[in-house]
Amino acid sequence: MTVNELQKELQLTYLCGKEVAEEKEIDGCYCGDLLSWVMSRAQSGNIWLTVMGNVNSIGVAVLADISCIILTENAALDEDAKKRAIENDVVILTSPKNAYELSAEISKLI
Amino acid sequence: MKVQYDFHIHSCLSPCGDNDMTPQNIVNMSKIMGYDVIALTDHNTSRNCPAVMKAGKEAGLTVIAGMELCTSEEVHIICLFPDLEKAMAFSDYVYTTLPPVKNKPSIFGDQLICDENDEVIGTEEKLLITASSISCMKVVETVKKYGGICYPAHIDRSSFSILSNLGTINESFGFTCAEIFDMTKEKELKEKHTYLNNLTIISDSDAHYLEKMRIPEYFIEIPELSIDSIFNYLR
Repeated sequence: MTVNELQKELQLTYLCGKEVAEEKEIDGCYCGDLLSWVMSRAQSGNIWLTVMGNVNSIGVAVLADISCIILTENAALDEDAKKRAIENDVVILTSPKNAYELSAEISKLI
Repeated sequence: MKVQYDFHIHSCLSPCGDNDMTPQNIVNMSKIMGYDVIALTDHNTSRNCPAVMKAGKEAGLTVIAGMELCTSEEVHIICLFPDLEKAMAFSDYVYTTLPPVKNKPSIFGDQLICDENDEVIGTEEKLLITASSISCMKVVETVKKYGGICYPAHIDRSSFSILSNLGTINESFGFTCAEIFDMTKEKELKEKHTYLNNLTIISDSDAHYLEKMRIPEYFIEIPELSIDSIFNYLR
């Protein structure tokens, strides 16, 4: 499943990276907000559910090669972070749902 | 005497610190701005402290060896040490507690180690903006073992602060001081978190770029400009 397909299924809103979402293949999912945990535990291709929308999150997303970030519960995305995400082709989506609700829905899809 | 201070400054060794944050630039900018004392507090390392302290000595600026430690809860803590040796010993210890993740300079930025003349003498390979395994509950006693003092950084920020990540500050941590970045928020924070009324509040720049270094606005009143007096004030 691609990130673009996931976006349609879960009715997520793009914050950036829509143009590369069709190329991003999803393989699993990781939930967490402590960046150092995500950095050493998230796997390549994972969807990453988090409330952390700062510039370091983008670095972590690139380092861990995740397929997309979903900011849960409409968590804010910093301007700096958005700029860095666009530069690095990181897809960021947002949803009003919390990590549990999204995880439950994602588990039915992947 | 009134002492103009900035105890939270990053150098080019912090990946997010600008490469222009060299020892000479930091010291000379601090002198121009009229600071009496600064502390160098890179993320999870003190390895540029030797150079900045040497540059400070030449220029007649007091430089405290320090570090901005990232706890296991990803709370940033300013740690200050009475001398370089103790800071370096703590730095070596913290290094062993960081996960083995390599820096990617293209994403996070360079991690440059300099001498006092701004020559780059090395680079740090391990990523410095990860979290150490030291927890907030243990940080005061751990830093104390190295003769240092520590306090939570930028408690008014929405990330990497004790209030954003743990939601509270109370006596269980053992802090005697706290740093507020934007002092216009001091009153509101003290009303919401009344324990802050028991702590010494200071404000630092957290500068990662030369242009973000602040014109001194705040001072501490201490008997003399010495590390002992400063530590007594913060204790």
